[in-house]
Amino acid sequence: MEEPGVIVAEGLKKYFSLKRGFFETLVSKKDLFVKAVDDISFFVKKGEVLGLVGESGSGKTTTGRLLLRLADPTAGKILYRGKDISHLSARELKPLRREMQIIFQDPFESLDPRMLIKEIVAEPLRIQRVAKNEQELTERVKQILREVELVPPEEFMLRFPHELSGGQRQRVAVARAFVLDPQFVVADEPVSMLDVSIRAEILNLMLTLVQRRGASFLYITHDLALARHMCDRIAVMYLGKIVELGETGLIINQPLHPYTKALIAAVPVPDPTHRRIGDVISGEIPSPVNPPPGCTFHTRCPFAHSRCVNEVPPLIEVEKDHWVSCHLVDRPLTS
Amino acid sequence: MPVLQLDGLTTNYRTVRGWVKAAEDVSFEVEKGEALGLVGESGCGKTTVALSILKILPSGARIRHGKIIFDGRDLVPLSDSEMRKIRWKGISIVFQGAMNALNPVFKVGDQIVEAIRLHEDVSKGDAMRRAESLLELVGVEPSRVNNYPHEFSGGMRQRALIAMALASNPQLLIADEPGTALDVIVQAQVLKLMRSLKEKLGLSMIMISHDLSIVAEVCEKVAIMYAGHLVEYGSIEAIFKEPLHPYTQGLLGAFPGIKGERRKLTSIPGQPPDLLAPPAACRFHPRCPYVMDICKKEKPLLEKAGSGDHYVACYLY
Repeated sequence: MEEPGVIVAEGLKKYFSLKRGFFETLVSKKDLFVKAVDDISFFVKKGEVLGLVGESGSGKTTTGRLLLRLADPTAGKILYRGKDISHLSARELKPLRREMQIIFQDPFESLDPRMLIKEIVAEPLRIQRVAKNEQELTERVKQILREVELVPPEEFMLRFPHELSGGQRQRVAVARAFVLDPQFVVADEPVSMLDVSIRAEILNLMLTLVQRRGASFLYITHDLALARHMCDRIAVMYLGKIVELGETGLIINQPLHPYTKALIAAVPVPDPTHRRIGDVISGEIPSPVNPPPGCTFHTRCPFAHSRCVNEVPPLIEVEKDHWVSCHLVDRPLTS
Repeated sequence: MPVLQLDGLTTNYRTVRGWVKAAEDVSFEVEKGEALGLVGESGCGKTTVALSILKILPSGARIRHGKIIFDGRDLVPLSDSEMRKIRWKGISIVFQGAMNALNPVFKVGDQIVEAIRLHEDVSKGDAMRRAESLLELVGVEPSRVNNYPHEFSGGMRQRALIAMALASNPQLLIADEPGTALDVIVQAQVLKLMRSLKEKLGLSMIMISHDLSIVAEVCEKVAIMYAGHLVEYGSIEAIFKEPLHPYTQGLLGAFPGIKGERRKLTSIPGQPPDLLAPPAACRFHPRCPYVMDICKKEKPLLEKAGSGDHYVACYLY
């Protein structure tokens, strides 16, 4: 992966140690860890939308938090514009926070109910001391509120979050993330709490803002169909590992990893004449405390053989920009 | 004769600020062995309709008009004790949120046994054997009756709830957002189970969902609700082939597909209305791209339109 990315993850790991009772620690010496993110490498190019797709517990949210250093990596490197930020202190990170932002899942929880919309959106500007005076600050808040289509901004600025609908709140969260003109934005399931009829609006809005700034965008979701519509490339995660990574078209139309295939087959299709749910793979995602040895997917994989149980498949580039970690495709495809 | 027939059901909630018109003049039918999808956004009244059918509405809510004819009998005037005989044996429900609907301090098997013994006079041993076969029916290892809910995964809990709902062989099963809180693959497993149960047991079903594609996988008929009104109703093929109501068209446009061409997602401008003071006449008119004068003055009635089994409440047709 020589290609320079705005943000690069190299062998990134995050293990959470498991809390255990006092007696258990006496009895067994072995520490237990939840391997939330287990040795993943990828990059996000400038101006690119990368989708991080996986079931709950696959480690996608932790990955997003690691990239922004909202969680500290156990091992591995995070490079932002070529600079290793994996061990910077909070003080050293502060100037970088201006360029990296996040939009959370739930707009009912992520906005302080006691703050006016104006203060919520202005807070990043104040922390980073961007505006010279109060007037400029207000002007920038108004401008970004106009950009997220909360018009007239004068009216919305003086409201509290509880006075807004879910969609409007998420617009406020988007405004707060984009007010500093960031270069890298992570959105963690930004529309899963919203009504269906307004989801598209918020997604299109985020795409516009990202494109206007030439920013890079990491879109975390469990919904492969949404990822397909949003993203340039998609990375599929399973139990803390990336199992397949490539251009959206390749992942959706020519998936190679059995897990990706299973995910695609499980998406219901809005067409009653084509009922597709026939062969769904069985089982559920195993616990990340004690992941299966070898390929972590082998317990559910219809094609698993002895090698999958014993050997971890490496992530290899099977064709240009298409990476897969599976023993079934262990050498580059010849075209 | 349909298993269930709703005729002009109107359910309101009393609040300090007035009556919330959660469901108004809702009529539909469910035939034997047929699945109906009840689709709409949150707050459109789809759960209210389900709770009305079972008469398990929260206090303050009242069925103000209409008939609920189940098995040839109107449920609306029935007393609580009469209703109790119908719940579970006649109509049962799988609630939303599989994670929290089971009692964490009782074994799963005991919870199913409790449900069976409340409605039928059987011994504990017989009921437990039935619980085991029910779990087997929904694809859970029967020996797991002795597990507590926390030992079950999300998908298994959802299956256990379905098993419990089937405990007294109901004629009609209402499923409120089955699989919504679950992962895609597990959700697909649950949908597959629902479909096979319907075929195996000849079950009639009402499936409540906000997701048209989930409904398309299981149901034969669909009813689209918006702000308490039924706006479109008919066979699923007809509605997907030729969505007539602008709201249905909007809903279909808002869903991304996994197959077919990649297109820009469209959304419906504006937001669902406040049901304390809903818009007059057609409740969709403030968001409708084809709004006309009459839409603001008179409520459109659900009328036959298009080809086949298809009804729509819109002045465009």
